[in-house]
Amino acid sequence: MLKYLLKRVFWMIPLLIGISLISFFIMHLAPGDITTSEASFNPKASEESRQKLRELYSLDKPVIVQYGLWVKRMATLDFGTSFASHQRPVFWQTKDKDGNISLGMIQEALPITLLINVLSLVLIIGVALPLGIISALKQNQLADRGITLFVFIGFAIPGFWLALMLMYWMGVQHAWLPISGLESMGHENMPWLSRTIDTLKHLVLPVFISGLTGLAGISLFVRNGMLEVLHQDYITTARSKGLNENRVIYGHALRNALLPLITIFGLSIPGLIGGSVIAESIFAIPGMGKLFYDAVLMRDFPVIMGILTIGAVLTLIGNLLADIAYAWADPRVRRGVMQ
Amino acid sequence: MKKVLHNPLALIGFTIIAGILLLALIAPLIAPYDPDAINVKAILLSPGAGHFMGTDGLGRDVFSRMLYGARISLMVGFVAVGIATAIGIVLGAIAGFYRGWVDTVIMRIVDVMLSIPTFFLILAVIAFLTPSIWNIMIVIGLTSWMGVTRLVRAEFLSLRNREFVLAAQALGAKDARLIFKHLLPNSLTPIIVSSILGIASAVLVESGLSFLGLGVQAPQASWGNILTDGKEYIQFAWWLSLFPGLAILITVLGYNLLGDGLRDAYNPRSSQH
Repeated sequence: MLKYLLKRVFWMIPLLIGISLISFFIMHLAPGDITTSEASFNPKASEESRQKLRELYSLDKPVIVQYGLWVKRMATLDFGTSFASHQRPVFWQTKDKDGNISLGMIQEALPITLLINVLSLVLIIGVALPLGIISALKQNQLADRGITLFVFIGFAIPGFWLALMLMYWMGVQHAWLPISGLESMGHENMPWLSRTIDTLKHLVLPVFISGLTGLAGISLFVRNGMLEVLHQDYITTARSKGLNENRVIYGHALRNALLPLITIFGLSIPGLIGGSVIAESIFAIPGMGKLFYDAVLMRDFPVIMGILTIGAVLTLIGNLLADIAYAWADPRVRRGVMQ
Repeated sequence: MKKVLHNPLALIGFTIIAGILLLALIAPLIAPYDPDAINVKAILLSPGAGHFMGTDGLGRDVFSRMLYGARISLMVGFVAVGIATAIGIVLGAIAGFYRGWVDTVIMRIVDVMLSIPTFFLILAVIAFLTPSIWNIMIVIGLTSWMGVTRLVRAEFLSLRNREFVLAAQALGAKDARLIFKHLLPNSLTPIIVSSILGIASAVLVESGLSFLGLGVQAPQASWGNILTDGKEYIQFAWWLSLFPGLAILITVLGYNLLGDGLRDAYNPRSSQH
C-alpha cells in the first residue's frame, strides 16, 4: 500500500510541471505584455510605473528565466497581489507594517466553493444512487423509462437557463427562496440557528444547479453498473444458493457496481470546480467561480493565474484521494494485480 | 445506418439535428426580418401574428435571431469538435501505434490538460484574446481533444496486434498505410460517437460563454446572448428567455440521443441492457 502511494505521489510531479508550463504559456498569450492591461485600469500609469511592473514580473529577462522565477514564487505559494482590487493578496492573508491583516482572495472564496461542491456531491449521491438502482431493477419498465428521460434532460439542459427560470419562479414570482448572495439583510444580527437556516436557504438553488449534470451522469452510471454486475456469475451463484434477494442486491451487486464510482468522483472534480463559474456568477455567490469570472472581465492577471494553478492542484489532490480510496476499497489495485 | 434507423432514440435525435440543420441553412430564406434590424416601434412585442416568437428590447424579431443563432451553435459545434477530433486522432494514433516513450509523453500531456478545470482554462484564454466566434471555436477545440486521444489510443492498442494488421505489416505496408488504411477505419465508430457527444457539450459551452458575455458578441445573435438580453426583461417578456433555452436544450438532447443511439446500434453488449 505504501509503495503504491509513493508511486502515485511521485507521478504528480511531472503533472505539476506540466500545469505550470500551461499556465505560464497562457500568461504569454496576451498581446503586448501584462503591464498593458495593468495600465488600462489606471490611466495615470506612467511609463515609469510600467517599467517597475516589468521589473517586478521580470519581463525584461529572457522567457526561460521568467518561468524559473515564476515557478519559484509558486513553490512558496506566493501568487502576488491583485491588479484590480487594491493590491489584495491573491492567495493568502498578509500583514502590513501596521499589523493590519488583509485576507487573501482565494482564501476567502475557496471555502464557499468547496462547501457548495460538497453539498452538491451529497445531493448527487443521495438522489442518483436510489434512482440508478431503481432504474436497473425495473429495467425497461415505466420507472426506468421515466428516470432515463430525466437523465437525458439533465444532460442537455443548460444550467444557466434553468438557474434563470428557477430564480424567476421560486425567487421573484413566489419569493420562496432568496436568489442572490449567501446572506440576507441583517444576517449578522440573527441568532445562530436562523443564520444557518438563512445561509442554507441561499444555497438551495446554487447547489441544485451545480449538481444537476452530475446527478444525471451518476444515475446513468449506477444503472449501467448495476445491470452489468447483475449479469455476472457470482450473482447467479448468490441467488442459486438461496440468498435473500435484498442481500444479493445490496450486499453483492451494489458494492461491486459502486466501486468505479470512486474514480468517477475523482474525475468529476475539475468539472465541478469549472462549473462553479456559471452558478456562482448567476447567484452572485462570492466563491472561486465568481472570483475567476470577475478577474477575467477585469483582466486581473495574478488572480487568473492563481485560481488556474490552485484549481489544477485541487484536482490533482482530488484524484489522488480518489485513487487512495480505490486502493483501499479494492485489494486488487493495492497489491498491483491490475493497474 | 440501417441499424441506426431501427433505434428509435437515435432516429429522434437524427430528426432533431437534421431539422435544426435545415432551418439554419435556409435561415436567410425563411427569416421574416433582418435579425439585427432595430425597430423602436416594435419593442418587446409578445409572440403573435407578426412576430412568431415576439421581439426583444430593441424591437428585433426573436424568431429571425433564433434562426441565425442556430447557425452559430451548429458552426461552433462542428468546427470546435473538428479541431478536437483532428488533434485527438493524430496524437492518439501516434501514441497507440508507436507506444514506448512517445506514448508516455502524450498521455502525460493528456493528464495535465485533464487536471486543469476546462471551463477555467477556456475563460483564461478568452480573457487574453478578444472574444469572437473564431476564438471561441479554436479555444473549445484546443481544450477538448483529450477524450478522443485516449479513445483512439485505446482502439489502436487493441487493434495493433490483430492478425489483419500483422498480415498487412508482414506484406510490407508502411506505417502510414497501416494507420490510415487499416487501424483508423476500424476505429471509426467510437470516434464518430464521441464526436457527436462532443458537439453536444461544445454547444453548451458556447452558449454558456455567450451568456456570460465572453462568447459571441452583440449584435451577432447566438442563443446564449439572446438569453443574456432576455434576462433583463424576464418579468415582463418571458419569450426572450424561454425560446433560446429550449432551443439549446433540444439541440443538445438531439446530439446526445443520436450519439447514444449510434453507440448502442454498434455495440451489441450495451444494447442488451
